[in-house]
Amino acid sequence: MKVRVLFFASLREQLGRSQEDVELAAGMDSVEKLRKHLLARGGAFEKAFATKALVRCAVNQEMVQDGAPIKAGDEVAFFPPVTGG
Amino acid sequence: MKIAVQREDFDLSREVRAFSADKSIGAIASFVGVVREVAMTLEHYPGMTENALKKIVEEAGTRWKVQDCTVIHRVGDLKPGDQIVMVAVASAHRGEAFAACEFIMDYLKTRAPFWKKEAAGWVEARASDDRAAERWK
Repeated sequence: MKVRVLFFASLREQLGRSQEDVELAAGMDSVEKLRKHLLARGGAFEKAFATKALVRCAVNQEMVQDGAPIKAGDEVAFFPPVTGG
Repeated sequence: MKIAVQREDFDLSREVRAFSADKSIGAIASFVGVVREVAMTLEHYPGMTENALKKIVEEAGTRWKVQDCTVIHRVGDLKPGDQIVMVAVASAHRGEAFAACEFIMDYLKTRAPFWKKEAAGWVEARASDDRAAERWK
């Protein structure tokens, strides 16, 4: 299945991209699994995703925890803790 | 209710005057955040940002009687002294207006997808902001 993955702020800069479509094998159905999949790419991805507390996630524009499910066509965003206001 | 994410500046008094003419409004509390010391660029997550702010205001509405509310957050390049965010809440009495206004700011700082970048790099989230949001639980 395919999901659209977005990156913001420092993650976007570290990874040199703001979005990409990621093809996931069957069973890769949670944020945690996607995060580990990206981390396993090594290099900048390994560095960006190494510290769990520094990477927050939203699925279809709703903030979620690591165990949240994902399905084909979802928009999954990764970003650092927010600093607005 | 008005939620806006924009590059342009805002005028607090104009926003407050635009509040509904609801005769039960007896108090309006407001907050304006200003850029301190160094210039910055604000990035956000278009779409999610507006939804997150709307949810925060709705959550405030379940805790206090909020007659009207306006939240405006700026994005893009900002310099010291620039206004960055405003929250204004209209209620029957001041206690509700003050509390809802502070609650909205505390939640905005920890739940709305904005990120600040200064010349020295990305601004890191502060634990004190998390603690401020925690006390409303």
